[in-house]
Amino acid sequence: MTERIIIAGSGGQGVMLLGKVLAESAMREARHVTWLPSYGAEVRGGTANCMVVISDEEIGSPFVQYADSMIVLNDESLRRFGGRLKSRGLLVLNSSLAQSAPPAKIKNLESRPFSAIALELGTVKVANIVALGCFVAAGGIVGKGSVEGVIKGKAGEVSTDIITLNLKALSKGFGLAGGSRAKGGR
Amino acid sequence: MSARGNGHAKILMTGNEAIAEGAIRAGCRFYAGYPITPQNELTAYMARHMPQEGRVFIQAESELAAVNMVFGASATGVRAMTSSSSPGISLKQEGISYLAGCRLPAVIVNIMRGGPGLGNIAPSQADYFQATKGGGHGDYHSIVLAPASVEEAYRTMFDAFDLADTYRTPVMVLGDGMLGQMMEPLILEKGPVRQHAKTWALTGCRGRKPNIVRSLFLKEGVLEALNLQLQKKYKAIQQKEQRWEELLVEDASVILVAYGGMARIVKEAVRGLRAGHKKIGFIRPISLWPFPVKAFRRPGKKSVKYLVVEMSYGQMVEDVRLAVECRAPVEFFGRSGGGIPTEEEILKKLHTMS
Repeated sequence: MTERIIIAGSGGQGVMLLGKVLAESAMREARHVTWLPSYGAEVRGGTANCMVVISDEEIGSPFVQYADSMIVLNDESLRRFGGRLKSRGLLVLNSSLAQSAPPAKIKNLESRPFSAIALELGTVKVANIVALGCFVAAGGIVGKGSVEGVIKGKAGEVSTDIITLNLKALSKGFGLAGGSRAKGGR
Repeated sequence: MSARGNGHAKILMTGNEAIAEGAIRAGCRFYAGYPITPQNELTAYMARHMPQEGRVFIQAESELAAVNMVFGASATGVRAMTSSSSPGISLKQEGISYLAGCRLPAVIVNIMRGGPGLGNIAPSQADYFQATKGGGHGDYHSIVLAPASVEEAYRTMFDAFDLADTYRTPVMVLGDGMLGQMMEPLILEKGPVRQHAKTWALTGCRGRKPNIVRSLFLKEGVLEALNLQLQKKYKAIQQKEQRWEELLVEDASVILVAYGGMARIVKEAVRGLRAGHKKIGFIRPISLWPFPVKAFRRPGKKSVKYLVVEMSYGQMVEDVRLAVECRAPVEFFGRSGGGIPTEEEILKKLHTMS
């Protein structure tokens, strides 16, 4: 199985970090994984995106033309990338900032107010991890435990408060999913 | 990434970071560079970690300055390296020619971007000619190595420094923006680091005859004699140092050929075709100079076709044609300037060949 994922938002929303945490979670599950950032001048202020490929086999291209699943954190990114989601693909969408209607063909949609929920948790900065939690529950591509392991693994780099907050954000997001594909994950 | 791994656990790193870490572990004592996308993480990693290891990092005032600082460091016998991306590598060519002429070892990393000119920052393989055919002036070659994954990029650095010291020659590590920017898991295993006696180095001549490092030889016949020595060295490298990966070539009716980041996509296409029982093989040149001609010379092999795929409008394909010596048809598909050939495009081209 190979899962090709696009993660997009605006610069500053933690899109790159979200992708790295997801990639590291897959690595902890001993799977093949690549992470490819957009590295143009577009990172400043405009849309930021990264591509994550998770597979049980050696991965060819780290570039994702058409995505099996997508996490989109703002409106502009939805307009830019929405058309690149495969017809049966999963879209995890931040409804706090993405007001445009997602493409009608998308059947597998988790549209939740990640930014608003993050604000309730204390800071909008964790909207990315709330979204990741929702993605983990709805997509079933990596296990929640693996993601928690990655977050806890940052203990040497950030304060305990930040770890606790992110774990809370992950759980909150995890509880939001309506059970699209495989709630509970691997 | 601050965590530099303990040599046992898998960690995630970009290709740029893995190259930098590989260089440090391979004993690189001196790095000078000047920023340019898409290789900036390499320079940044060196800026952070070389001083921690008690080694030298210099952000030079220009690419030209950086390569000449590497020249100076190498002349003293230490392992030295610079890195850049395409336009910056063009600026370094004078220095690389001088390194070759003075028989100095050095490692130069080129994380290629779109050209010609300032081009763009998208992945590209359009510097193949420049890397493998000399680049600067004079009759010389650099050894050119092209890794295809983050893990291989890390390992390649041990090989690159060893080849540079063994043959007293510049070695170029050629990657593309995709390889430099992408992250993959790897284990930072310590590679072999051989010590080379550098009796030619400028280390202070008390008690011995002074060593002289130069490439200017005006006296009649001297330069020609030295150039013949260089040619002898290049012949030895061509015989001993060809590196390539191959897959399912034995019974193949078509063999796809690609290197570096492009080879990942081609290999995936080959695996898919094999699953559909198509007799398709794969050759990935790892040393671009010396080009692995041995991979293309198989006695008794008949009726095979080659398809070369590059992120350029056809550069390595010329070396494949030279290696094949007209014994088999060689077709080409490529894109450049930001376009990356897709699996669908490769399959479509393949279809026109059958």
